[in-house]
Amino acid sequence: MPFIPHTDQDVSEMLGVIGAPSIEALFDEIPAALRVASLDDVPAGLNELEVMQLMQARARQDGRPLCFIGAGAYEHHIPAAVWSTISRGEFYSSYTPYQAEASQGTLQSIYEYQSMMASLTGMEVCNASLYDGATALAEAVLMAVRVNRRSRSARILLPANLHPHYRAVALTTAGNQGVKFELLPYEPGQGHTARETLAAFAGQDITALVIEQPNFFGVFEDVDGLTDFAHAQGALVIAVVNPTSLALLKPPGAWGEKGANIVVGDGQPLGCPLSSGGPYFGIMSTRMEHVRQMPGRLVGRTIDLDGRPGFTLTLQAREQHIRRAKATSNICTNQGLLMLAGTVYLALLGAEGLERVAALSMQRTEQLARVLTSIPGVRRLFARAGFHEIVIGLDRPAAPVLAALSARGIEGGLDLADYYPELGPAVLVCATETKTLADIDSYGRALNEVLRAARAA
Amino acid sequence: MREKLIFEYSRPGRGARAQWPAASTPNVPAALRRQRPPQLPEVSELDVVRHYTRLSQLNFSIDTHFYPLGSCTMKYNPKACNAAALLPEFAGRHPLGSVAAGQGFLACLFELQEMLKAVTGMRAVALSPLAGAHGEFAGVAMMRAYHRSRGQLLRNEVIVPQAAHGTNPATASMCGCVAREVAVGPDGDVDLDALRAAVGPATAGIMLTNPSTLGVFERRIEEVARIVHAAGGLLYYDGANLNAILGKVRPGDMAFDAIHMNLHKTFSTPHGGGGPGAGAVGVSARLQPFLPVPIVARDSGAGEAAGSQYRWLTERDLPQSIGRLASFAGNAGVLLRAYVYMRMLGRDGMRRVGEYATLNANYLAKLLTQIGYEAAYPQRRASHEFIVTLRRQAQELGVTAMDVAKRLLDLGFHAPTTYFPQLISECLLIEPTETESKQTLDAFAAAMAQILREAEQEPEQLKRAPHTLPVRRLDDVRAAREPDLIYKSVAG
Repeated sequence: MPFIPHTDQDVSEMLGVIGAPSIEALFDEIPAALRVASLDDVPAGLNELEVMQLMQARARQDGRPLCFIGAGAYEHHIPAAVWSTISRGEFYSSYTPYQAEASQGTLQSIYEYQSMMASLTGMEVCNASLYDGATALAEAVLMAVRVNRRSRSARILLPANLHPHYRAVALTTAGNQGVKFELLPYEPGQGHTARETLAAFAGQDITALVIEQPNFFGVFEDVDGLTDFAHAQGALVIAVVNPTSLALLKPPGAWGEKGANIVVGDGQPLGCPLSSGGPYFGIMSTRMEHVRQMPGRLVGRTIDLDGRPGFTLTLQAREQHIRRAKATSNICTNQGLLMLAGTVYLALLGAEGLERVAALSMQRTEQLARVLTSIPGVRRLFARAGFHEIVIGLDRPAAPVLAALSARGIEGGLDLADYYPELGPAVLVCATETKTLADIDSYGRALNEVLRAARAA
Repeated sequence: MREKLIFEYSRPGRGARAQWPAASTPNVPAALRRQRPPQLPEVSELDVVRHYTRLSQLNFSIDTHFYPLGSCTMKYNPKACNAAALLPEFAGRHPLGSVAAGQGFLACLFELQEMLKAVTGMRAVALSPLAGAHGEFAGVAMMRAYHRSRGQLLRNEVIVPQAAHGTNPATASMCGCVAREVAVGPDGDVDLDALRAAVGPATAGIMLTNPSTLGVFERRIEEVARIVHAAGGLLYYDGANLNAILGKVRPGDMAFDAIHMNLHKTFSTPHGGGGPGAGAVGVSARLQPFLPVPIVARDSGAGEAAGSQYRWLTERDLPQSIGRLASFAGNAGVLLRAYVYMRMLGRDGMRRVGEYATLNANYLAKLLTQIGYEAAYPQRRASHEFIVTLRRQAQELGVTAMDVAKRLLDLGFHAPTTYFPQLISECLLIEPTETESKQTLDAFAAAMAQILREAEQEPEQLKRAPHTLPVRRLDDVRAAREPDLIYKSVAG
């Protein structure tokens, strides 16, 4: 039987020991009226060859388009050693490391991750991962409400140029707990959140300000000014970051006079395949003074009975399996294996390798911007400098253009029509180090032809 | 057997250059530039591979050890599931990629939704929750949204049995509800009088695991459902123990309104040392409008051969949706693994899961009681898991459930779940799963018999177990009092 090792003889011996006439008899406590009659809607089983043929056919159907979409998930080169190492059964098929003595490999790798990520974000402590970037922000909002005891308002300022899905998840998650969100507009033509747009909030009770760097448009924010403004109002600062960018950019711990209070982001760029949206991992780091309000698991280094160093889950009094209704979050299973991918990735790249990834991605995006904006009917919508994404404006609706590109095997970017209708026809595009100049040129040629054909039509 | 920290292998100038892209000079405004590089190791590719391979070897895992961890369903994770999910087209697909270039992927997700509906008896399924607790959040948030839509703004109490998973009350709190515990009777079933007394106009619903965390089937589930529904509340099914009844009983037929399924338990996707999971949710008709988005839909009734088109349903299609729960559409790679697993099992395999998981649990329970362990509910059938208690040994010999668990590690078995549920003192919650052979269960029982002998003959040795692992018992108090959570190099 597939994945069940029992022989007929095993079964009869086991039933003999139990003293039951049949396997069916083991279900005799279940009311008869509730028993399943049939599972006809589930297809019959396939063997491994058949299922792989099916999956390969479906994969071929989707193909491998040349992808210029970013918007929170980025195609970077993943060194071969990352997945060959983490796919080892000892990592892949192990459980959450509650039995520390039998889980030192996982525990030590989490400690190493916490150390690397704390340093990358410029913070003092980092947890063992949350689900993804959006849920990490939602948890950070709830954490900020707990941490900022001087604020009674539970008011959170969210910039309009924050990733719209992050905003949506924060609403879904924190809305049930009475958190109030207010939207900060961005500067038209520039794309960043200007200090002046915040002025209306001066002197008010604000629990936290969210700052995304680079923001959803790929544009750089004035993080020092925004951070200092928030702290002057008694608000905390929640930083939303792309970990790759931090090899080049000032880490949130160094923003403004005092630095951000909580840092979140999506770890996907660090060794996780795009994989249609997951599994990725959520980053959260903070200052030691806030650690007892942080959700998620933490690993600490300690000693064993013989005085030798070892690693264990610690400060668990924050977590649901101990505190139940009073826990900092209900999170249990997180994204351990992906966090491990990120750890191995960071070890392989190091500070210099990661900086090269960030720098080359920036350069490729600039090259992409030059090629695309040289096409009639295409312009850059925001003048301000940014990281590895830009917003381009088109002279006609984006959806048919993107569909025509898709038919040519190019995913040309994210249509912003639903998210930011005020921008007119606009597309968020991204190029990382994985895109060659030839790739960029073929995108340019294809877009030029598509637009020309549309004008002729 | 200590393995150094990766930082201790670091030497200036040693970085793994073959993995670096070409150098370039970016134009970052000076005020935004990082001043000091992050403290990442400078190590060779071989350093990295050897270090993490050695770390892996310090772990127990399903691939290396029997892992009878109650409530966690540590069954074998078939390799084909991983291979299929990592096909380059699936691994490389962008979450916001066009639907036209994602029909193969979306077909898998749609069929996964359909199969999950079939095995749970629910009306509709959404796949985006990223883990079990995340699915619980979706479920309770939907219950609240349902009550609100009917103007019942005061329904904010969530009833949980005493023995519930910690995530249940924690989820109630996250949804702005109050958790209210009800007692469990001596036979392991919910105390119906206590339940009748607990429900009322403030009841949002009840969260139940069935079979319960006590390893027994809630026999009066139909009466529980009647009581809660009559009071205007809804029923939430915690799918942590779905493995026990797969193919035998369906939560929908037990009148549950919302359910989450731990795909990393019942549908055998790997636990990865603490995730990723996937916590798909299913609902009855009355909660369908509130499902989280996105969901995969199929247009045209003509079937696949006639060229069905799959697409995402969003807030526009489901205006009453509780909204979006994750950055994108869920842990797609995990969903693909679960899909492949379900296709390999097929309808007959589904039924066998529940049957052989239950056979293994009842067999192992019998073996352990025969050698002298005390079952917590000897008068009941075990479901896919069961509880033994060491309360007698703790009293007479000073040997605890923790000692037994640690000694099992020495003997080559992962420990069962200990001290959960808290209702039973000195307990071990044991779940063998259907993928383990009789011979493995016999070997485990022999190890448990040896430990009982040691408890009587040399309890002091037992209390200091484990003796053969990379580390011995760790000082958790020190870890919490003097938190050492990140590595600080000599250089600072």
